[in-house]
Amino acid sequence: MLLYALRRLIYLVPVAFGVSLLVFALVHLAPGDPISAIVPPDAPQEVVDKLKEYYGFDKPLPVQYLRWLAVTLTGDFGTSIGTGRPVATEVASAFGNTIILAISATTLAFSLAIFLGTAAAYAKTRIVDRLVTLISLVGVSVPHFWLAIVLVIIFSVELGMLPPMGLGPENATGWRLDWPHIQHMILPTIALSVIPLGVMTRTVRATIKDILNAEFVTALQAKGMNDRQILFHVLKNAAPTCLAVMGLQAGNLIGGSILIETVFAWPGTGFLLNSAIFRRDLPILQGTTLVLAFFFMMLNLTVDVIQTMVDPRIKRG
Amino acid sequence: MSALLEVRDLDVTFMTPDRTVHAVNGVSFDVKRGETLGILGESGSGKSVTLRSILRLHPEHRTRWSGSIKLEGVEILTMDRRTLNDLRGQKIAMIFQEPATAFDPVFTIGHQIAETVRRHTGKSESDALKRARELLEMVRIPSPAQRLKAYPHEMSGGMRQRAMIALALSCNPSLLLADEPTTALDATVQIQVLLLIRELQRELDLGVIFVTHDIGVAVEVSDRIGVMYAGKLVELASVEQMVDAPRHPYSRGLLASTVQGSMRGQRLEAIPGAPPDLGEVPTACSFAPRCKFAEPQCVSAPPTLGSVGDSHLVRCVRAEAPA
Repeated sequence: MLLYALRRLIYLVPVAFGVSLLVFALVHLAPGDPISAIVPPDAPQEVVDKLKEYYGFDKPLPVQYLRWLAVTLTGDFGTSIGTGRPVATEVASAFGNTIILAISATTLAFSLAIFLGTAAAYAKTRIVDRLVTLISLVGVSVPHFWLAIVLVIIFSVELGMLPPMGLGPENATGWRLDWPHIQHMILPTIALSVIPLGVMTRTVRATIKDILNAEFVTALQAKGMNDRQILFHVLKNAAPTCLAVMGLQAGNLIGGSILIETVFAWPGTGFLLNSAIFRRDLPILQGTTLVLAFFFMMLNLTVDVIQTMVDPRIKRG
Repeated sequence: MSALLEVRDLDVTFMTPDRTVHAVNGVSFDVKRGETLGILGESGSGKSVTLRSILRLHPEHRTRWSGSIKLEGVEILTMDRRTLNDLRGQKIAMIFQEPATAFDPVFTIGHQIAETVRRHTGKSESDALKRARELLEMVRIPSPAQRLKAYPHEMSGGMRQRAMIALALSCNPSLLLADEPTTALDATVQIQVLLLIRELQRELDLGVIFVTHDIGVAVEVSDRIGVMYAGKLVELASVEQMVDAPRHPYSRGLLASTVQGSMRGQRLEAIPGAPPDLGEVPTACSFAPRCKFAEPQCVSAPPTLGSVGDSHLVRCVRAEAPA
């Protein structure tokens, strides 16, 4: 098992290499000259040349890439063109904020989805099943930014119960686990959880329904197992499929929903990416994308490893 | 000696919102300890439904049972869930057609046997595993200690079916229900498994109900054979009676459709037509449309099960007629 995880980790090296190449290419794929974004159009040529030299844009591309890679590998992502602060600090704090929101949203979505999906699969009457299917359909179809705005209008503007935006009370620095901060999380968490809730409910329902039709469930009944013991067997069988979808969904949330974070002014990676795009802040874009890509890779690896642990039929070859 | 299992006038009806199916209509039989009853029939004849009804394995909300199934005098059809769960796997155990799907794929064989032992005996995990090991030895699985740690997909079909038998026998049941346990196996493995069941049955004095569509298998393992057609027993007799003098035209047809070496070059007899739809309770002999001896009286009322000799029962108006 450990060996398998190690081997998978080694496989990630070429993938990471490819990702870094793509992220590097961002600078040159983007229309226009990266320097022209930060200097006024009427800047004298020597200033532009100086800046080009300072950022290394005067060297050939492969050299630029290797230099960038070497610096990046030391954990130095450069300096934000917009704020002048180190990219690493900016990305780290944004990433932390996104993770906090993603964890609360996935916890809400997945626990509810497992409950609803299982209930629907076990449902003996069509009403329960239909109701859950409806919920999941609404979950996948409702535009979540629209829901976010509606939530703000209802709970913040009309009822004044919950704060509409921000990470926490004003002039607070960073996130802490206390009531005011949790209050700020409630609306974004709900808005962010609708899509994974819809997708996961459908997956859980379909997977469990499938498994309940399997002969081994009858065999378990025939040997006198009670419903709770059988549910344990069913859930373990459903786990690999559900985990795979959960991994993808969680990955999407980690990417930070640009729309949700913008609506709630939540200073996460989505928010950071959004402002970086508008400011053409390429170091931030590169740094954020790189960190997110690595996180996504690690998440997928974790899901794969857990899957092989749960389901012995998946070859550890 | 009184019967181990008594089934009386068993009706099984499945109800879905779209359709009602009368899968079993008035089946009665007994099984004694140490006796094997073979139930023979084609797909859809109700043989598996009858077998599974003994453990009430059909979804309760869609199935209606009537009649009576008694194990050692205790009624199963009206038993509460908890008592039923205690009985399942302990007094009555079951083996399935496809051992590949009857084992949970994500748990080891050892775990699944030990789980059953613990469920019914309250033994500790290690004692239960010890018992599981003994059981694997009893069904003659080589290197049982290693096989305990194997997952179902890591074993061959024959091995899995042996493990399934081990699981079924784990709590010393008095009745073993076998639902086509050899159908999914290769011919050579089939014989080994049949012989194993036969041998264990004698050793443990088990009552066995063996459902199959294979006449050769039924004749091989059974003491008595019941032939089912369209949810009814059409003939019930000892193996000798059934082989030498089947009385029901359907039983005769079945036996005539087997292949023997001496029949080389002859045309193989087949029964024309297909079994009826079971959406309605039959009002006539269900076999009449396919029967070459059908008479007007066959379609006027369903025939009753009549005795034609020493515990030989036939459901046919022509039962007394010579073959």
